[in-house]
Amino acid sequence: MNGPMNGFLLSILIWLPILGAVGVLMVGESRPALARGLALLLSSATFLLGLPLFSSFDTSTAAMQFVEFRPWIEAFNIHYKLGVDGFSAPLILLTMFFGVLVVIAGWRSITKNVSQYMAAFLVLEGLMIGVFAALDGLLFYIFFEAMLIPMFLVIGIWGGPQRVYATIKFFLYTFMGSVFMLIGIIYLYIQSGSWDILAWHQMPLALGVQKWLFLGFLSAFAVKIPMFPVHTWLPDAHVEAPTGGSVILAAIMLKIGGYGFIRFSLPITPDASAALDWLVIGLSLIAVVYIGLVALVQKDMKKLIAYSSISHMGFVTLGLFVAFSIFRNTGGVAGAALGVEGAMVQMVSHGFISGALFLTVGVLYDRVHSRMIKDYGGVANTMPWFAVLAVFFLMANSGLPGTSGFVGEFMVILSAFQANFWFAFLAALTLILGAAYSLWLAKRVIFGAVTNREVQNLQDINAREALVLGSLAVAILVVGLWPQPLVEMMHASVDQLLQHIVQSKVL
Amino acid sequence: MNLSLQTTLLLIPVLPLAGAIVAGFFRNQVGRVGAHSVTILGVAASFILSSWILLQQVNGGLDVVNTSVYTWMVSDGIRFEIGFLVDHLTALMMCVVTFVSLMVHIYTIGYMREDPGYQRFFSYIALFTFSMLMLVMANNFLQLFFGWEAVGLVSYLLIGFWFKKESAIVANMKAFLVNRVGDFGFLLGIAAILLTFGTLDYAEVFGRVNEAAGKTFEIPGGLELQMLTFICVCLFIGAMGKSAQAPLHVWLPDSMEGPTPISALIHAATMVTAGIFMVARMSPLFEMSDAALSFVMLTGAVTALSMGLIGIVQNDVKRVIAYSTLSQLGYMTVALGASAYSAAIFHLMTHAFFKALLFLGAGSVIIALHHEQDVRHMGGLRKYMPVTWITAWLGTLALVGFPFFAGFYSKDVIIEAVAASQRWGSDVAYAAVTLGVLVTAIYSFRLLYLTFHGKERFEVVHADDDGHLPAGQLAHTPQESPLVVTIPLILLAIPSVVIGWMTVEPVLFGGWLEDSIFVLEKNNVVAELGQHFHGATAMAIHAINTLPFWLMILGLLISSLIYLWKPSIADSVRGRLPALYRVLDNKYYFDDFYQRLFAQGSVRLGRNLWHRADAGFIDNGLVNGSARLVNWLAARVRRWQTGFLYDYAFAMIIGLIGFLAVWVALVPS
Repeated sequence: MNGPMNGFLLSILIWLPILGAVGVLMVGESRPALARGLALLLSSATFLLGLPLFSSFDTSTAAMQFVEFRPWIEAFNIHYKLGVDGFSAPLILLTMFFGVLVVIAGWRSITKNVSQYMAAFLVLEGLMIGVFAALDGLLFYIFFEAMLIPMFLVIGIWGGPQRVYATIKFFLYTFMGSVFMLIGIIYLYIQSGSWDILAWHQMPLALGVQKWLFLGFLSAFAVKIPMFPVHTWLPDAHVEAPTGGSVILAAIMLKIGGYGFIRFSLPITPDASAALDWLVIGLSLIAVVYIGLVALVQKDMKKLIAYSSISHMGFVTLGLFVAFSIFRNTGGVAGAALGVEGAMVQMVSHGFISGALFLTVGVLYDRVHSRMIKDYGGVANTMPWFAVLAVFFLMANSGLPGTSGFVGEFMVILSAFQANFWFAFLAALTLILGAAYSLWLAKRVIFGAVTNREVQNLQDINAREALVLGSLAVAILVVGLWPQPLVEMMHASVDQLLQHIVQSKVL
Repeated sequence: MNLSLQTTLLLIPVLPLAGAIVAGFFRNQVGRVGAHSVTILGVAASFILSSWILLQQVNGGLDVVNTSVYTWMVSDGIRFEIGFLVDHLTALMMCVVTFVSLMVHIYTIGYMREDPGYQRFFSYIALFTFSMLMLVMANNFLQLFFGWEAVGLVSYLLIGFWFKKESAIVANMKAFLVNRVGDFGFLLGIAAILLTFGTLDYAEVFGRVNEAAGKTFEIPGGLELQMLTFICVCLFIGAMGKSAQAPLHVWLPDSMEGPTPISALIHAATMVTAGIFMVARMSPLFEMSDAALSFVMLTGAVTALSMGLIGIVQNDVKRVIAYSTLSQLGYMTVALGASAYSAAIFHLMTHAFFKALLFLGAGSVIIALHHEQDVRHMGGLRKYMPVTWITAWLGTLALVGFPFFAGFYSKDVIIEAVAASQRWGSDVAYAAVTLGVLVTAIYSFRLLYLTFHGKERFEVVHADDDGHLPAGQLAHTPQESPLVVTIPLILLAIPSVVIGWMTVEPVLFGGWLEDSIFVLEKNNVVAELGQHFHGATAMAIHAINTLPFWLMILGLLISSLIYLWKPSIADSVRGRLPALYRVLDNKYYFDDFYQRLFAQGSVRLGRNLWHRADAGFIDNGLVNGSARLVNWLAARVRRWQTGFLYDYAFAMIIGLIGFLAVWVALVPS
């Protein structure tokens, strides 16, 4: 906490990529190499500057760190307030990591409007960091909505043939959800006279009011994460998005839904969360089983991974909400922290794995220009190193121990078992379903004899692709073999959250 | 001493891992010789170190070691560790695993000589050795599960090693998924342990078993069980997957699609015995639940007999041995169920040697016949391959339990233990394992005769290219395999003959496993047998007075009659009992049933959910439906915007009247 820049580090992380994007745009479309280089420089600089979020992070406290506080619109008591705790810091680190990767991943595959593409991703990165860092309700909402614009453009400009339908669906779905949240936070402001999210955590609220607020938040975050039945925008958005867009969407944007539950729903409306936990848990378990079955029969690789994402995010919402059952059963929260930390680990891990899988599909798409499973077969014959990585990522996706995919699911299942046998039983079905759709995909795409001329002519991954996929493989292994440093960051914040949510806020 | 012990233990799994990494990632740099040298060196070193540990224990110089390597994670106050528990059971397993693995490594030099994936293969088998060692050396359930899934992964990679072959990549997916069904139960068992004991550390859990003894567990909406029964049944479901017990056995015969060395190493000697090892390791838990042990025993009994019967009708050399493995795993499971854990481990050890030997012998035949695996195209090979022939005889005698051979001691103890057991279901199990001896002798000698004896059912056509000859034709006369193949055969034949005679006393009746395995006084059938034990030689001589011996001789005679002296009998038996033959030939229709119900069923269910619920109801109905509704409404509302001033004025007057009416109605005077 005593670095020279820590007093305004978060601002730098937000505004360096956003302002840098303006510079990238000014390079124009005539010099794509310069635009790429500048984007790489900016995203790498952001990542390196942001490393103190890990190295200087104080794991002993649940209080906000790297706090910035400035008046903004004093007439409405709105502040520019930033800060991170054990929930937001890992997600910001994840965002910065992917900020670099998408620039490298789009190096050659994007040839149209390069500077605009790079600028859009830089703006997106800054806004997403802003979402995780904002501690003022209105500031959060602005980042939360503004984020849609660059993503809308990324899909709409660099997307596939059905991009218009996909973008409109994406935009309306997410916007519809967040409107209800806006009503909620305006209500909270009117009641408290403050936009400070942390003040809202402490604010007593009647149960009826909490339920309405909870449903408002739920509509925003359930769409974002996404939960059944408001998930159908995601497969379409992924299919049409360019690789980089899919990667950011899956790796970071979905996590904002999970983060929203942690920052808003649970602490602001704990009594409503307890009263309505059956709804969230029910939908989570449907996500794991029903969406797992739907993933099994997809013909499009990106759709399959998209459905797999929804299924995996079911573990996040499940892990966050089992705490209430445990508390009802035992009168304590022992075992609940495992669920919340498991949800967090699952978010980080899913970021790595889904990002890696979309990049893997991107590698194939760049060469063959098809996402259809039937257009492949026997890729291992011509791309052996690619096959190693792809099988590794698919194994991680099916929760193999030693990869990060195992850690979060394991923790959530252990915690769910403490709450209710059936929660764990249904969640653990992912062991079979996840392996089924992941390995069946591997069988049809990677293994087998070479099926067509396109596959016969495939070139194995180049150094740039190896760097991107390899660094993700390392990240997945490190978290899988030694999750302690990641989990340690969260302990204090998780404990505080759990202590907070089991105390009634009803007057 | 302490530091060096810690380092030694760490080196034992890490050296094979290092070999795997070098052979795998630097396959082009190190080349073929480099790849096999580095992996063999790693595994050999780890075998030597394991033997050193075992010797220290035998000499009494080493107590039980329980040590942590690093803290994987602390969450919710629960420490998840990576660490080693090395007691007598562990040391025994480490030696068996590394020895068989070393033999298989050497053998592979010959077997995979012409394969383009040579380095990859060595990398995989070394990785397997690492995973298996992590499994047996674990001191907690997390690491056990880690090793458990890691061996599953390597098994998946190796079954699908020849990934161009459709049958191989179907088999490896099947193996992984069926194992995942077992792991599903296993994971729930681990979760139940955490719920009950608040820790996943073996020592702590075992130390506090008594606290849990009275606890019950209610499955919401269903039945109430003893907590420990629930835990043990869940854990055993995991063992059923990995150790291929019916009805989760279906993956093992198909796993023979992989190269033969791994059939020996993984699918006979080591990985499939992980379930047996695990239950023995968990003996303090299983001892507390008679219900769970009865379940274990009956599962094993069904597997032991039914799988042996299938072995009689198979024609693929490797599949016969695979069904034999299933049956023998059933024997081990029965022993576990009878609380004769040490007998199960003892049979695990002897079986590892003679079954690895039989598989490697089969592989030797397969290369000599240019990848012919069908016994109908073999016969009379003994004169071409004497070493393979003699070692196969030794392995077979061990398998059928001929007195003095390794398998005799372990199998006889199991049968006796089941006979002595008072547990519910032990009479059924006794009948199954006793009849199983007859079945084992029939399929074992059948295989031996069809392969090495009788008429040659192949012809040598002296073609230049042996790639595309029809079945039953060979380009060259079969010849004995090279030394890298025959030396492992000989080295495995030695323990297959003598290890039982040598170690039955210390391992079973000398209390060698007492520091690792816990048996309640009332269940201790092995101790009971020990009272009548007067040395290994006496035991073998005494066997002549027992039923299993004569059943084995009967099996030998039946096999000799049918497959050696009068081959026409086989066809007439098949003709007389067509229904029985069909049921056995179709492996009791398990595969068809699973294929229809689970594989096709889940795909059909998924398709229906996708098309009807996801795309149909939610997307087309709700999402696009609301878009259509807005369109429709807008089209209607648009008509009111006529653009004529008098229309708007009229609407304003109506509105005003409306507001006034509401105001009058709501506002009290």
